[in-house]
Amino acid sequence: MKSLKLTSMKNNETQGPVWEVFIQSKPGQPYKHAGSVHAYDKEMAIENARDVYTRRNEGISLWVVPAEAIVAVSSTESSAFFEPADDKIYRHPTFYNLPEGVKQI
Amino acid sequence: MDHKLRYYLEIADNAFILSHRLSECSSNGPFLEEDLANTNVALDLIGLAESLYNEAALIEGKGRTGDDLAYRRDESSYVNAILVEQPNTDFAFIMTRQFFMDTFNYYFFSKLANSKDKFLQALATKSLKEVTYHLRRSSEWMIRFGGGTETSKEKAQHAINSLWRYTEELFKPSEADLALREIGVSVDLDTIKSRWMQKTSEIFYLSHLSKPENEFQLFGGKDGRHSEYMGYMLTEIQFLTNKYPEATW
Repeated sequence: MKSLKLTSMKNNETQGPVWEVFIQSKPGQPYKHAGSVHAYDKEMAIENARDVYTRRNEGISLWVVPAEAIVAVSSTESSAFFEPADDKIYRHPTFYNLPEGVKQI
Repeated sequence: MDHKLRYYLEIADNAFILSHRLSECSSNGPFLEEDLANTNVALDLIGLAESLYNEAALIEGKGRTGDDLAYRRDESSYVNAILVEQPNTDFAFIMTRQFFMDTFNYYFFSKLANSKDKFLQALATKSLKEVTYHLRRSSEWMIRFGGGTETSKEKAQHAINSLWRYTEELFKPSEADLALREIGVSVDLDTIKSRWMQKTSEIFYLSHLSKPENEFQLFGGKDGRHSEYMGYMLTEIQFLTNKYPEATW
């Protein structure tokens, strides 16, 4: 395509900030992280998310969140955060009998 | 030519040629997300064109297929508006051309959904969902251009000034169109025009952009008289069918 002059825009700095995308597959189900997109603003973020992640019936609803608004546990902190739960198997509700007809608790 | 066949081809050619223009951008988008979004619109439009060509081939009843209608006609047989064949000069041009067509398509298909022709009615109802999304996306881009940087605003205004002269043709009915209007099949383009003007003014207002003062308009595409870009485009579109006439896929 000779007439297209977009080369000046082919630069990472022009893509806008990163947004994390969450998809809900069915009503009532939790939103699951699907990936991320670049966008300049909210409208563009939700539309890019739609075009990148929901083309094959992946979901019925979408959230986009500015990646910088997400607070995460860093890998160095991870052991302090999670390992204390390793030896406390009794915290799982696996010792209960499920009432008949209940599929999920 | 049968009025209905002609009317089907007008709608199909607009979608087909615009789809090809958009497909030329595939892998050339400014970044991945925009590339995909653009290609999605191209795919929606070619889907629309395909069903119309297939149905038009049946109406014609001369043994031609939908593919024949799409890929084996000469330049003067294509009846798309000149606007859709205009080249991808820059991103502002691509999006402004899209905004003009999306606005047209949105109101056009809203009305066509009441057509007395069952096929067009069903097609319009289905396409309306896609077109509503296209319009949302392209109008937001116009607002973003206008409210962005000096350069983005300047480029968008330049695109508007350059493409405005091809817009009036969208509302100029062909003979077939007028004949079908009598029997409630085609859409009254005067109504579409007033809605179109209203929507474009609204978006221009929000984008701090304006319609050009020069009211000069060009016509011809709907009568098969195209701009200089059309021939080159068709050469590319028809390359495969010309070189390998027996190719199937």
